[in-house]
Amino acid sequence: MKYMLLLNRTADALPAPGTRELDRIIQEYGAAVEAMGRAGVLIDCAPLAALSSTTTVRVRDGETIVTDGPSAEIKEQLGGYSIIECADLDEALRWAATIPAARDASVEIRPIVAMPAPA
Amino acid sequence: MTAPLDQLIRQHWWAAVATVCRLTGDLDAAEDAVQDACVAALERWPTAGVPDNAQGWLIGVARHKAIDRLRRETSRGVKEAAAMREISDSDDVSPLATDPLGLMFLCCHPALDVSARVALTLRSVCGESTAEIAAAFLVPEETMAKRLVRAKAKIREARIPFRIPREAELPERLGAVLRVIYLLFTEGHMASRGEALVRGELCDRAIALARGVAGLLPDEPEAAGLLALLLLTDARRAARTDDLGDLVLLEDQDRSRWDQDMIAEGEAVLEAALRRGRPGRYQLHAAIAACHSTAAIADGTDWRQIALLYGELIRYEPTPVVEANRAVAVAMAEGPAAGLVILDALAHHPQLGRWAQLYIARAELLRRLGRDKEATEAYGSALELEPAMASRSFIARRLRELGEDGGGK
Repeated sequence: MKYMLLLNRTADALPAPGTRELDRIIQEYGAAVEAMGRAGVLIDCAPLAALSSTTTVRVRDGETIVTDGPSAEIKEQLGGYSIIECADLDEALRWAATIPAARDASVEIRPIVAMPAPA
Repeated sequence: MTAPLDQLIRQHWWAAVATVCRLTGDLDAAEDAVQDACVAALERWPTAGVPDNAQGWLIGVARHKAIDRLRRETSRGVKEAAAMREISDSDDVSPLATDPLGLMFLCCHPALDVSARVALTLRSVCGESTAEIAAAFLVPEETMAKRLVRAKAKIREARIPFRIPREAELPERLGAVLRVIYLLFTEGHMASRGEALVRGELCDRAIALARGVAGLLPDEPEAAGLLALLLLTDARRAARTDDLGDLVLLEDQDRSRWDQDMIAEGEAVLEAALRRGRPGRYQLHAAIAACHSTAAIADGTDWRQIALLYGELIRYEPTPVVEANRAVAVAMAEGPAAGLVILDALAHHPQLGRWAQLYIARAELLRRLGRDKEATEAYGSALELEPAMASRSFIARRLRELGEDGGGK
């Protein structure tokens, strides 16, 4: 059985780069991820870019509707995920529009932050 | 900003920022670098002479400055630099004819918030300063700066591409570009904020952009249609307000003050577009504007044709606003009662409840039918929605007239 863990965070900005607070947070995440890796349970993990870089795609009557920001539709809930690698947002938008969820509700595109591969 | 710098920026900004943005992959760096290059040109050109290819000179200098800046940031370990494309000094720096359009499609990408698209276009394509854009939209400079920073961060983080969209996506994406230009023009033509009804500098900007896009996409009749629409509408600018800045209705305008050159150009652009046989909303809007602009006197307006054009426009723009405009045209062609039937059918439309123009249009028809009491009520409803200053003065004038004519009804 595979599980996707959704790591929520508050809207508060992260501590500034180079501060002790941010270093501590990074260390704690590193320790948690390392432990999961050692135990052999970890498939993939990565932080997501800020919510403000989200794009939402809906397909209605065959037309792709693109909007800035996350879905504001309260009746929608997270029902799955895919991770794709694309050259740019336009390519990601094309793939997102092929997913049935884009037709029935919406698909949010949230950039994944590139991280150095774990040693 | 000094006048020569301003002139230099107006002339070369769009193309220069576009090419440097493509070469470096960073919009912010491109803007700063072109600004610096323009300043350098003002220092150098008076003594060394203006180079034959001034734009090429600016692009070359700007590119170097952009690369320097990006290298400095990379060495400081700035994260965004990782997403930047590899740049080297040996790259071909020649501008591509498609660069200006690429920048336009970038700034008007549907993944950006609509108000951010308009602001970003003014900044990145027109070269306006953040302070100027903030003043144009009557928001504090800090607010506008945040909006621009956020839009640029999204371009970088979500990797919104600098590119002309594929053919399959072009109609929709061109629609987004034309919409931004149209919104910019509308804000200038009938300002939704502030005391002035017409903000000419925004109209000028929008027309320059429409001219640019239409020239770059000669096979897209809707791009030409938008240019024609803006020319035909803006030709009436001088006659649209009186000495006090109040709105003068189309029927009351001094038509000798209309710009005949703009009307002639608008008509020529529209005719060429229509000959392609692919009509669309902007071409239809332009055709309607042409019906007005070519009537020598208000009574000579072909309202029957305008009503037909609005009927056709509903196929492309199925909105209650278009239907309301059709109602006004029908009222002119067949009498106010026929128009009122259409307007009344729209009165309870959820989207129109807060649209002051609907109440004004309704009040005008009721006034013409001699139903003064209802007209007064409709003007009052329009006032409650706090329309722009000029509309308020117009309503106040009508209410005074009704008060006198109606004998306190």
